[in-house]
Amino acid sequence: MARVHFSSSAQVLAAYLSGEIDHHSAQNLRQLIDSEISETMPEQLILDFTDVGFMDSSGVGLILGRAKRMQAVGGSVLVQHAPPSIQKMLQLAHVAYQS
Amino acid sequence: MKAINVMKMSFYSRSVNEGFARGALAAFIAQADPTVPQLADIKTAVSEAVTNSIVHAYPQQVGLVYLTVWIYPEGQIKVTVMDKGVGIENIQKAMEPMYTTGDPEERAGLGFAVMQSFMDKVKVTSSTGKGTRVTMWKQVGAGR
Repeated sequence: MARVHFSSSAQVLAAYLSGEIDHHSAQNLRQLIDSEISETMPEQLILDFTDVGFMDSSGVGLILGRAKRMQAVGGSVLVQHAPPSIQKMLQLAHVAYQS
Repeated sequence: MKAINVMKMSFYSRSVNEGFARGALAAFIAQADPTVPQLADIKTAVSEAVTNSIVHAYPQQVGLVYLTVWIYPEGQIKVTVMDKGVGIENIQKAMEPMYTTGDPEERAGLGFAVMQSFMDKVKVTSSTGKGTRVTMWKQVGAGR
């Protein structure tokens, strides 16, 4: 089970993720985040992993898919507050993050 | 070597069972006293293998995924994830990092790379039309 809530200000959309991100939960997260991007049209998307307790490579797919989407409109993605258990996955996938 | 304990379960190839499989696995191997990072590594690797079976083994239908976990003396853990699905035609190709037959926009193609990186040893056997078996080993316990 994974959840996401958003805050938006000055061209920046922050998505605060929580719970366990796997292939099952990523499908729902993807729809929620994409719908919020369409609504707010941010220049930067922040994906915050503070409260994510588990993430497999489906989470990497979620990040890369959003990065492609943001880059297509000249925007960017920042991955932040990745807990140690998730940093190993991000390093393997060569995804830059702020701990 | 004879196992101290073994757990076998099977479940439908429905994505909601990915979390269930991880939870059952974690509860079972707790008795081998893994460290928090070791437990996270095994849960992640098994999640990848189970997801592979759920996404690829039974296109357009539901089939069974089989998870078996053995605990051996000295904290040696062995896990197999098996399905009786379509099989993998070219295992070498399937195991290349970033290779996926799924949606390339959303699937990273990192499943096997994660299993190999997070476990001590991974073996994949597959037969087209008969299914796939992923076997993984990891040594757990403090000081490992």
